[in-house]
Amino acid sequence: MSSIENVSRRRFLTGGIIGAGALVLGVRYYHKLLSGPKLPRDGNADHATLHPSVFLGIDPDGTVWIVASRSEMGTTSRTTLPLVVADELDADWKRVKIEQAIGDKRYGDQNTDGSHSIRSFYDTMREAGATARCMLIQAAAQQWGVPVAECETDLHVVVHRSTNRRAGYGELATAAAKLAAPKREELKLKPKSAWRYVGKGQVSYDLEALVTGKAIYGMDAHMDGMVYASVEHPPVLGGKVKSFDDKEALKVAGVRQTVPIDPFQQAPAFQPLGGIAVIADNTWAAFQGRKKLNIAWDNGPNETYNSDAYKNELRETSHNPCKMVRNIGDVDAVFAKGSKAYEADYYVPLLAHASMEPMVALAEFKDGKATLWAPTQNPQAVQDIVAKQLGIAKEDVICNVTLLGGGFGRKSKPDYVAEAAVLSKKTGRPVKVVWTREDDIKFDYYNAVASMYMKAALGADGKPTAWLQRSVFPPIPSIFDVNAVYGDPGHLQQGWTDIPYDLPNLRVENGPAKAHVRIGWLRSVANIYHAFAIQCFTDELAQAAGHDSLDYLLDLIGKPRTIDFEGVKYPNYGASMDAYPWETGRLRRVTEMVAEKSGWGKRKHGKGTGIGIAAHRSFLTYVATVVEVEVNDQGEVRIPRVDTALDAGLIVNPEATRAQFEGAAVFGTSVVRSGEITATKGVIDQSNFQDYPVARIGEAPQQTNIYIVDSDAPPAGVGEPGVPPFVAAFCNAIFSATGKRVRDLPISKFGLS
Amino acid sequence: MIQLKVNGVDRSFGGEPEMPLLWYLRDVLGLTGSKFGCGVGLCGACTVHVNGHAARSCVTAMRDAGGKEVTTIEGLDNNGLHPVQKAWMQINVPQCGYCQVGQIMQAAALLNSKRKPADREIDEAMSGNICRCGTYQRIRAAIKAAAGEMA
Repeated sequence: MSSIENVSRRRFLTGGIIGAGALVLGVRYYHKLLSGPKLPRDGNADHATLHPSVFLGIDPDGTVWIVASRSEMGTTSRTTLPLVVADELDADWKRVKIEQAIGDKRYGDQNTDGSHSIRSFYDTMREAGATARCMLIQAAAQQWGVPVAECETDLHVVVHRSTNRRAGYGELATAAAKLAAPKREELKLKPKSAWRYVGKGQVSYDLEALVTGKAIYGMDAHMDGMVYASVEHPPVLGGKVKSFDDKEALKVAGVRQTVPIDPFQQAPAFQPLGGIAVIADNTWAAFQGRKKLNIAWDNGPNETYNSDAYKNELRETSHNPCKMVRNIGDVDAVFAKGSKAYEADYYVPLLAHASMEPMVALAEFKDGKATLWAPTQNPQAVQDIVAKQLGIAKEDVICNVTLLGGGFGRKSKPDYVAEAAVLSKKTGRPVKVVWTREDDIKFDYYNAVASMYMKAALGADGKPTAWLQRSVFPPIPSIFDVNAVYGDPGHLQQGWTDIPYDLPNLRVENGPAKAHVRIGWLRSVANIYHAFAIQCFTDELAQAAGHDSLDYLLDLIGKPRTIDFEGVKYPNYGASMDAYPWETGRLRRVTEMVAEKSGWGKRKHGKGTGIGIAAHRSFLTYVATVVEVEVNDQGEVRIPRVDTALDAGLIVNPEATRAQFEGAAVFGTSVVRSGEITATKGVIDQSNFQDYPVARIGEAPQQTNIYIVDSDAPPAGVGEPGVPPFVAAFCNAIFSATGKRVRDLPISKFGLS
Repeated sequence: MIQLKVNGVDRSFGGEPEMPLLWYLRDVLGLTGSKFGCGVGLCGACTVHVNGHAARSCVTAMRDAGGKEVTTIEGLDNNGLHPVQKAWMQINVPQCGYCQVGQIMQAAALLNSKRKPADREIDEAMSGNICRCGTYQRIRAAIKAAAGEMA
């Protein structure tokens, strides 16, 4: 249990079977496996006697091997998905061993982002468990000479009740392995009433390892003969080394050599940033040597980037007509009538991920093959970029996935892993690249800076008769195409085109912005700034109309209905609109639930205290949050209490879900209080936790209460959806406490006094 | 040579005296439980005990560790699990877990000096330890649980 066992399996399936899609490949390929030639495979699940799925193997001693193909960065998905297999198999959790998958397309998508591990793999996991269970029952029925229909399973055993016979899974494994596997349509899934683990959950499989220091993160990976590297990157994105002098660096005890790394070509994507690497016998020597480098840089065109001026540019763009991405009715006609219009600008700066484990990776390039140990959310992207950088085939890149010391989206971009691979090739040794915190803060793929312009006219009843919103932000696709300036549907959907209000006239727009830093996914992504603008502007209008914030929010959400996205590019987080329609009734329900649970309108609030509310759907999950704050005369903020209600459909692991929403409140606290990355002449101003502070224990909410709607809807996301409504509710609470409307984040910069 | 004790074992170090204890523990001794988070004593992921007191090993030079007794998570409890570790499991504190070793070392040092810390005292003692996953309310609960256990 103390270390991650990895499935290292090579060139297993190179044929056409993979194209069948994630849902089927998990259990369907084994026909080929059973009938085909013996293939090289190394994982315990693969080696197991009964191996009906790439995700599962059962040995004669009763051990059940379950493969975790998604990365573990704290959401507990490494435990929760195997739990689904174990449930459907009727396996004893104590006899389950989890092994971490290497990067391999046979597992389907492995990019652990977008809060979709459970959603996308729930059925696959059930099918894997059900297939094995079906084969074990068949094997037992054959041995006993009784009809299959008379056999059933109990914990880790097949039983025949009328004759009181029982056989353990281990003793049946060999016989079951000789059977033809059932077709998917023949599988009988357990009824909900028989579920052992789903809906009840389990603590992390790694819990003891985590509290004893035995858990292995990327930072802890080790190979004999490895050397350590620290890289001085170009300070401005797209910069290059003009010349460098490493004489002093090489004098540092423990420093072996320096190695230049080429700058990226075209758009940065996941390529190394380039620069000069210092190779040393230990991490500290590499850091010290690096400080002694003397490098002249050609900074390139991004040298003109200043974040203050850029903010003004975004704002100006948002004050003029932009590209329309959704429209209902005619807002211009209403505004032209000349009734009072309410306007507001909202702004969220660039944000850094600041996972506790900085970027780190260990690589060995040997005999034309690369072996990597990396805390990556995206091992298949590692294979792609390393193969490209080293000029080898993707199949010759083995990416072992360690535990991640936080990810939040940063570690789905494997530039740092590619760096290690390049350095191993150049030095001929295993190389561990260790980024400093300063590297992490200065060379992130930042959450986009965004400016939102909001405008509404109110009718006699106080409700909006017209609503216009424009957002302007450098889009994530700019890391792949430097000319990309407009938001793509995948990010405009995030709380923007899907504004859930029942409005007679609505126009949603998006304006262009060129990126000067790498932009990337960060927990909740565009939902953060979009929910902030919409949910705080809603609160502003409630005040203007003289309505209670909760009543007004519910009024705007309107009657339960399914949002019609006719004419709107709305990807719905990659899920079908049939399985996951946008149901305003569910948003209403969590809003009403959190209001009731938090005692909205019933609790007394003294001077300097206040509460705020916000509701938002993201990653297919409906969330409403009430935040209570205290602000003293010095403008210092405390958060005594947070209440969050959520509807994420079926919840496999309630305990892990609560933890994610507790954590989301803390993550959101950092966004509001102090999250800001700025740049001067293209160089990021911040460097470590002294100038990029994140919430500490006394600044975080004192108590966060989580309420989960009991739902049979298909499972949705839980890692990210908690952040956006928290940010908005927090700011609304600050208004309630102080009368000061927060429109520019963070409050540390703009103050509350 | 710098002489010190790590988890009860005598050690001597002949390298750079400016090298931080953290890298000696991790890269030289292979004790990787203590984590690198910031390198400047701002996050607490590297927290160990030096002569029984919580210290940031990333800013403790080897020259200053000479003659001292260093305890890391690997040596926190000889019998398997310290009451703080047990409480951490009982309350299910960790998410990614990376900072938790430092949190546990800090909490254990707190409970050594203060048997029943109040909320405010817990917040003060733990304010140097960042958890980016946001497990703070469980950390507070676990410290109280451990305090009850140790009383």
